[in-house]
Amino acid sequence: MCLDQVKTGDEIIIKEIPDSMAKTQFIRFGIGEGSTVVCHTKIPFGPVVLRKNRQEIAVGRELARTIRVERRGNGGKGHRRG
Amino acid sequence: MEKDIGAVKTTHGGHCHTGALALDVPANCQKIVLVGNPNVGKSVFFNFFSGLYVDVSNYPGTTIEISQARYGDNAIIDTPGIYGVSSFNDEEIVARDIILSADKIVNVVDALHLERDLFLTLQLIDMGLPIVVALNFMDEARAQDIIIDSDLLSDLLGVSIIPTAAVKKQGLMDVEAALSEAREGHQDPFLHKRLHEMLSRVGSQPEALMVLEGDPYIAARHGVEPVDDREEIYVHRRERVNDIVGHVVHEVDLAESIRQKIGRLVLNPITGVPILAVILFGLYELVAVLVAQDIVGLTEGTIMKGYWEPFIRGIVSPVVSQSTPLGKILIGEFGILTMTITYLLGLLLPLVLGFYLALALMEDSGYLPRLATLVDRALNTIGLNGRAVVPIILGFGCVTMATITTRLLGTEREKTIATAILQWAIPCSAQIGVIAVLLGAIGGLYTLLYAAFIFLTLVTIGTVLSKWLPGKTSPLLIDLPPLRLPRPDNVVRKAVTRSFAFMKEATPWFFLGALIVSLMQVSGMLTAWQNVWEPITTGWLKLPKETATAFVMGLVRRDFGAAGLYAMHLTPMQTVVALVTITLFVPCVASVMILFKERGWKQAVPIWFGSWVLAFGLGGILAQILIRGL
Repeated sequence: MCLDQVKTGDEIIIKEIPDSMAKTQFIRFGIGEGSTVVCHTKIPFGPVVLRKNRQEIAVGRELARTIRVERRGNGGKGHRRG
Repeated sequence: MEKDIGAVKTTHGGHCHTGALALDVPANCQKIVLVGNPNVGKSVFFNFFSGLYVDVSNYPGTTIEISQARYGDNAIIDTPGIYGVSSFNDEEIVARDIILSADKIVNVVDALHLERDLFLTLQLIDMGLPIVVALNFMDEARAQDIIIDSDLLSDLLGVSIIPTAAVKKQGLMDVEAALSEAREGHQDPFLHKRLHEMLSRVGSQPEALMVLEGDPYIAARHGVEPVDDREEIYVHRRERVNDIVGHVVHEVDLAESIRQKIGRLVLNPITGVPILAVILFGLYELVAVLVAQDIVGLTEGTIMKGYWEPFIRGIVSPVVSQSTPLGKILIGEFGILTMTITYLLGLLLPLVLGFYLALALMEDSGYLPRLATLVDRALNTIGLNGRAVVPIILGFGCVTMATITTRLLGTEREKTIATAILQWAIPCSAQIGVIAVLLGAIGGLYTLLYAAFIFLTLVTIGTVLSKWLPGKTSPLLIDLPPLRLPRPDNVVRKAVTRSFAFMKEATPWFFLGALIVSLMQVSGMLTAWQNVWEPITTGWLKLPKETATAFVMGLVRRDFGAAGLYAMHLTPMQTVVALVTITLFVPCVASVMILFKERGWKQAVPIWFGSWVLAFGLGGILAQILIRGL
């Protein structure tokens, strides 16, 4: 699945960031391919906000569509993929 | 002003070369450079080291302000906040060049964001620069039950780690003391061979690393092909950082802090949009009501018109009669000593100061990146991404300054759209101030009408350009710093510095404008001009023909144009029409110069003429709908 499909509270593993510039910036912020992050907030039709420890990163929806992720579980929020 | 950037001192001997900057310190001085991620409290360190005499200047060829100062016999230089050293944008290029010229580095890291910040630290260590690390916000880390083993961190990195709480002045002296033991840390053995090979070709280890990481500028400087090992090096460095953080950081409690909860509320549209509305309302109350009406009423009405103008007329008129041409130029209706000084000090200064205070509050609280995230989707519809909220908000301060910051945007297409919006539809702080005074006098409904019309125009322009221009909008990818309570002294210092720079830039243009208008008045050209424009002003816009004067003034500076409407007696509807027209009318001379410089004449000419068409076209349509008869 891709990052734009995650739900708030989901714990996900980043699998692939195809865009090289975006990947560089992600690595600087502390997130690489293989990192586990939490979907902090999802703005309707807008950016997905990821959290890793205290680090929060906003990812535009278009970019989120290109990033491949895998769900690990959710933070007990009980969301299900609809 | 941006034009002065060519004046770089290149003298040898008496100056310490701080990259392309020059500072008056002994020739054998050391350059101590402050480096860190954005929002890590670097400025507090700089203020501690620099003392009173700080030189703030634009880095040559850019608008990025660099603060430097003498520190004993040495120089201390601040750099823009960066996440890594490379050349992805202007800020990074400037920071990179200053870092490459450094003798010693003080690297400020945020104890709450070690995973992010140590990436830069390891990069600096891999560059082989002597560094001292200040582990800042230790008080906050302790409060959040984060335990950091700074001794172990020091062993792992091979450099001194000084725990600090800069805002509380804790640990600053220790950082100063540790400067003498600044040293190269443990470099990555993984890089060793490659660095060594490249070092033999470029002659300096920091630059060798830059070339290995694919920096095209540094590679070109040494005539070598950039080796693009960046991804591999970055991934490896990230793994090292994570490993180090895993060893030195122990978190007891991972529960969401109150601050993070507020941060989430600000982002979520259901709560975030009302919060934004409250903030905008607060800003409106501060800038448009408190400053533009109450304070300006005092400074402009009571002080300047009540005391200053009679005082200066009393001094000048016995020497030069007010009825002579020179008298008119000096102390007449548009006089240099009367109207110009009154507008500058009584009207403009309080307004600009009020605006910059509000802006500094938004910046220092960490709100702006969240706002960018919240409005990203909305800005996408006009072909921009959330980051464009920064130039647009800055545009409400000064369109000239904002036009330059459009460089931060990802693509040419975004730069063009943002520039057009700024130059056409965004009134600057001084103009907003004057507009607020005029609208305040006629009531809220008219204010709403004006705002709605300008907003509609802005959206239409953006949408049309976004559809029409080829290409795609670059995606948003930003770091959201923690929300922090802004520190009053920092906010005031920032606002005062910026206001001073703004006033310095605006003042000559005001005098020039007043001089032109006065000369036109004295020579009778003003009446002729008003008559030429009469079909448009009275016929089409349904305004008194004297408003043409305001447009002459508006050619020089926008706010000056709006201020020209100040003295006229207009009906509420006429005020709205006049304000819409003057808002959409050509931007000030300074910003037109920047427009040509940034976008080239092929874009600048259509944008400039477009503003005439837009202003008189839309203003006229509004007039035809709103004003009957006359």
